[in-house]
Amino acid sequence: MNIVVCIKQVPDTTNIKINPETNTLIRTGVESIINPFDMYALEEGIRLKEKHGGTVTALSMGPPQVEESLREAISLGIDDACLLSDRAFAGADTLATAYTLAAGIRKLGGADIILMGRQAIDGDTGQVGPGVAENLGITHVTDIRKIEQIDEDGTIIVERLLEDGYVRLKIKLPVLLTVVKEINEPRLPSLRGKLAAKKKEIVTWVEEDLEIDSERIGLVGSPTFVKKIFTPPKPSGGKIFQGDTREAVASLLEELKKAGITAGKKGSEDGNN
Amino acid sequence: METIKILLDKCSGCGLCLKVCAYDALDLVDKKVYINERCTICGACVDVCKFDAIEIYRRSFKGQDVSAYSGICVYAEHRKNKLSSVVPEVIGAARELKKDLDKTISAILLGSGVKPLAEELISYGVDEVWMIDSLEIVDFAEDIQADLVARILMEKKPEIFLGGGTIIGRSLLPRVAAKILSGLTADCTELTIDTESKFLKQTRPAFGGNIMATILCQNHRPQMATVRHKVMKAAEKVGAGHNGKIVELHDIPIPHSKIEVLEFVEEQTETVNLAEADFIVSGGRGLKDPKNFDLIEKLSKAIGGAVGASRAAVDAGWIPYSHQVGQTGKTVNPTIYIACGISGAIQHLAGMKSSDIIVAINSDANAPIFDVAHYGIVGNLFEVVPELVKQITE
Repeated sequence: MNIVVCIKQVPDTTNIKINPETNTLIRTGVESIINPFDMYALEEGIRLKEKHGGTVTALSMGPPQVEESLREAISLGIDDACLLSDRAFAGADTLATAYTLAAGIRKLGGADIILMGRQAIDGDTGQVGPGVAENLGITHVTDIRKIEQIDEDGTIIVERLLEDGYVRLKIKLPVLLTVVKEINEPRLPSLRGKLAAKKKEIVTWVEEDLEIDSERIGLVGSPTFVKKIFTPPKPSGGKIFQGDTREAVASLLEELKKAGITAGKKGSEDGNN
Repeated sequence: METIKILLDKCSGCGLCLKVCAYDALDLVDKKVYINERCTICGACVDVCKFDAIEIYRRSFKGQDVSAYSGICVYAEHRKNKLSSVVPEVIGAARELKKDLDKTISAILLGSGVKPLAEELISYGVDEVWMIDSLEIVDFAEDIQADLVARILMEKKPEIFLGGGTIIGRSLLPRVAAKILSGLTADCTELTIDTESKFLKQTRPAFGGNIMATILCQNHRPQMATVRHKVMKAAEKVGAGHNGKIVELHDIPIPHSKIEVLEFVEEQTETVNLAEADFIVSGGRGLKDPKNFDLIEKLSKAIGGAVGASRAAVDAGWIPYSHQVGQTGKTVNPTIYIACGISGAIQHLAGMKSSDIIVAINSDANAPIFDVAHYGIVGNLFEVVPELVKQITE
């Protein structure tokens, strides 16, 4: 079985704070990490390989330092890693990113199962997965919380998390799945893995290595662009109550009543229930 | 190909751009700024530069003839023969845009036995429903739905296409965008029409809600967006004077789905549907013991809400993942969010910051949760929560 896990290197948002005076974004030594959701995709890829055999390859697109993240993936038990890195890829929106990643997967020889995290914590879009699947002409399912089984006949049974429950689906391979945190508990790198990661040669492909239309990559290939970035207005100072519990609770409920909130009145103002 | 450039003669070396760059992609050398390889051309530095010293060159790939597209179209998501609750909100957003565009609102409705839903869409102010009613279109057969939506969009050419920012919407629309090669913006919290250009201005949170970005799609149509649930005001029903029409599309072939639905399992507890809840009570590490989630449940029952949890509580195994609110859990937008014993790590705030009213109950007056709370009680939650239940039920 050929498994490809697509990962993204993202800034660790725990280190991003808002300057309360200027209300601007401040960065205090931002470290780059593998997108947390992708850690679950990597773990699931390794587990599938352990159970069903084959190879599991990590693929990413980004600047050269993404190589560090790919080495981290190797240290966890990923067999091979490949980086798509070229200035021409920069500035890509989700459409151009999906197109480029799909070209990378094709060059890798395709895959039976492609795994990704449900979304990246910097962009929060979750749009690249379905886009990659469309570019490859394969089925996709998002928000997978469990891979139940893979059968000899080339079908897979999965559980997809929904707002109000879950749905069990049976799909013919190849398939692209995006995963949620519930799917597993990622392992830590082993000592052997760390050694392997040091030695491993990470393949890097530039634009010329891929069969792609240069009009559809990077900034040029992106229909959307960011017109403006701003920090959201911070909430005006809240009312905080302390001291006697009964009085504090009474004051709180009084304030909520003033704000027009009555407990238990569920969605009646929307008129759509 | 150089797409971002620092105009060194204008750069004052003030370093403001370094502070806003989330990718550490700018270096200050000898009082001039240089861009390094980490740059993703996100544009944050361009906006902050007071000297107009940073330029991004944009040249978009061959777009369509934009003038051939007209009108606003919404995707009518539904399940078990009921419109999803996000649909009136999407129509509400479309009706707001219509005020500035003066174009018709259409809806794409796919499924079997969906005629009554078409009537319902019209009652919300939709002018035209493009409907395919076929037994072959079952719930969750997203692959064929994406295919049909793309075909309808290419045939009908609306200039704007909107869907709900639900699990389904955020899976279906990206697939459609990749089929028709147009731009899609995820999970928008504000949509407006630019008065001059008439482009759709799509505003959305990123970096876990720490920054907002306004996004445009200039040369491609339709301009597509998913809309965050419970942010836009739901459309109210229109009077009998409104005449909408149902257009059945018979000649579009329906492909065969590769997804077989085995079963849909609705979560047993009423307390779990955080996406729909108007009231959410969440518990965190401050609860100290899994059995103390009883307190949270009692309060949520008293106000008729759902139960949420911080990542710490979920990771400790106190409550299932489906309750987790935050960056690696769910994003929620209730009328009231009550955080009990949650310190308010930035990852948690990312999932609940846009709630209408945030109430924090925590023993630590310095907990970051109080920075975003509209109301708060500094105190022992084991006393405060039962007292709240008592006073509410009285």
